[in-house]
Amino acid sequence: MNEFIEAKVALQWQQPKAAYDVVIVGGGGHGLATAYYLATRHGITNVGVFERSYIGGGNSGRNTTVIRANYGIPEAVRFYQRSLELFASLEDETDRWIMHNQKGLLWMTHTEHGMRAEKARAAVNTAFGAKTRYVEPEEIKEICPQIDLSGGGKFPVLGASYHEEGATARHDRVVWALAEGAMHRGVHVHQRAPVTGLLRDGDRVTGIETPDGPVSAGVVVSAVGGHVTTLASMAGLRLPIRSHPLQAFVTNHYAQAFDAIAASTDLLFYMSQTARGEMLLGAEIDRQPSYSYRSGHHFLESCAHRAMTLFPFLRDLRILRQWTGICDMSPDYSPIMGKTGVDGFLVTTGWGTWGFKAIPVGGEQMAQLIATDKTPELIAPFSLDRFARDRTLADRGSAGTH
Amino acid sequence: MSLRITCPHCGVRPLEEYLYGEVPVVPDDVVGDDARDLDRAFMRANTEGVIRERWFHAMGCRRWLWADRDTRTDEML
Ligand SMILES: Cc1cc2nc3c(=O)[nH]c(=O)nc-3n(C[C@H](O)[C@H](O)[C@H](O)COP(=O)(O)OP(=O)(O)OC[C@H]3O[C@@H](n4cnc5c(N)ncnc54)[C@H](O)[C@@H]3O)c2cc1C
Ligand SMILES: [Zn+2]
Repeated sequence: MNEFIEAKVALQWQQPKAAYDVVIVGGGGHGLATAYYLATRHGITNVGVFERSYIGGGNSGRNTTVIRANYGIPEAVRFYQRSLELFASLEDETDRWIMHNQKGLLWMTHTEHGMRAEKARAAVNTAFGAKTRYVEPEEIKEICPQIDLSGGGKFPVLGASYHEEGATARHDRVVWALAEGAMHRGVHVHQRAPVTGLLRDGDRVTGIETPDGPVSAGVVVSAVGGHVTTLASMAGLRLPIRSHPLQAFVTNHYAQAFDAIAASTDLLFYMSQTARGEMLLGAEIDRQPSYSYRSGHHFLESCAHRAMTLFPFLRDLRILRQWTGICDMSPDYSPIMGKTGVDGFLVTTGWGTWGFKAIPVGGEQMAQLIATDKTPELIAPFSLDRFARDRTLADRGSAGTH
Repeated sequence: MSLRITCPHCGVRPLEEYLYGEVPVVPDDVVGDDARDLDRAFMRANTEGVIRERWFHAMGCRRWLWADRDTRTDEML
């Protein structure tokens, strides 16, 4: 594996069967978590996960690993708080070190309007179970000594919301732990196994097409990240999704400890330190929809410039690597989960730039839906039909980043 | 290298000078006023392949142009 894995992950590869009770398309975090919770919580193990590349090769292995529940609307706060709790116990449960690390997240603001927004975030978080409070500049400096509170003279830090339970975890370890846990209980995970079509009987989806032949399924779950529109179109379904590239980068080693996760709503960037000591930075999506993994200099320049405004120490560091993922953006920055109106076809999508933190709860809830054929209360607000019902969930706390 | 777009007035210019202009198309087989409104407001083809789109040359001539782009590679055609 790599230098970060202490013991070989026990993945047992099998030949695909001609039929499964549940077929999951996409071996990212959400697909594998759905399989994991089907197996561990419901004893449903006749499950095949089909991944066209390698597990975690999509956004689940490309993200900046921020885990937080400090969202802006009650439905989201409850949902992500559940994921935060599942994440905190995932290490014990899977007996795998996923490098889960509670760091605390500071969301800085530089405007009067932003101060009101961060106070509102703290209030809605507290009311619905997440631990967030508003903090003044003196306390910000204590939590994060490297910050220039004057914001380079241009973006003075007026305050922040502080989300103590904000955390990070090693992304590919999360993917491997879930895959291992599912496969250990009999789930089949297939790599280099693209799904090229959907089998249909009338309007109902009854299985998948693969280069090795058809596989029938009691239910097909789409967990294909940015490629969901293409898969859904094979079921005759149109989705409110646009796929946009999102970039990130890391610097070389920073000798001091940088404990918190720092973000700024107005400057639109966020930053944390990896276990290797690199500074990891991200910002907003590229504006044009695209499936290209091309990374650009413009992003480095603009993101680094904004980050240096608050953190002058970054000037002395060098950028080591940058990369891109393709995000399934929903119009209201909330996920889209569950039934689709097409029998036999479920989706878990709209994970955009924010879905890593939701991997455990997303899997748990999708598994419950599959096992009981009833949409769990926690995810009912996130169903696809909310757009037709005029019940969109615009979430400013989602903000379109991490 | 960063994406470049050819403006008929200004020539080949970097992506950062432009604003993106989406062209939503409601398919003919979406029928009924409500269904068409819903589709127009939210649903997107989100094509993996060649699409026809508009760009606004904000930091140039400030005119709209049409372009064809392969969304898999970002190649401008
Ligand atoms: C740069 C970046 C930073 C991010 N930062 C954060 C963050 O800090 N916090 C956070 O919570 N979220 C973050 N995200 C978002 C997060 O990474 C995603 O929302 C999450 O990983 C989505 O998981 P997934 O399983 O739905 O998709 P993916 O991990 O993308 O998995 C989908 C899989 O489906 C496969 N696939 C596609 N089509 C097919 C097919 N036809 N047949 C078979 N397989 C197929 C793909 O190969 C892929 O492996 C970030 C994303 C990016 C790109
Ligand atoms: Zn021009």
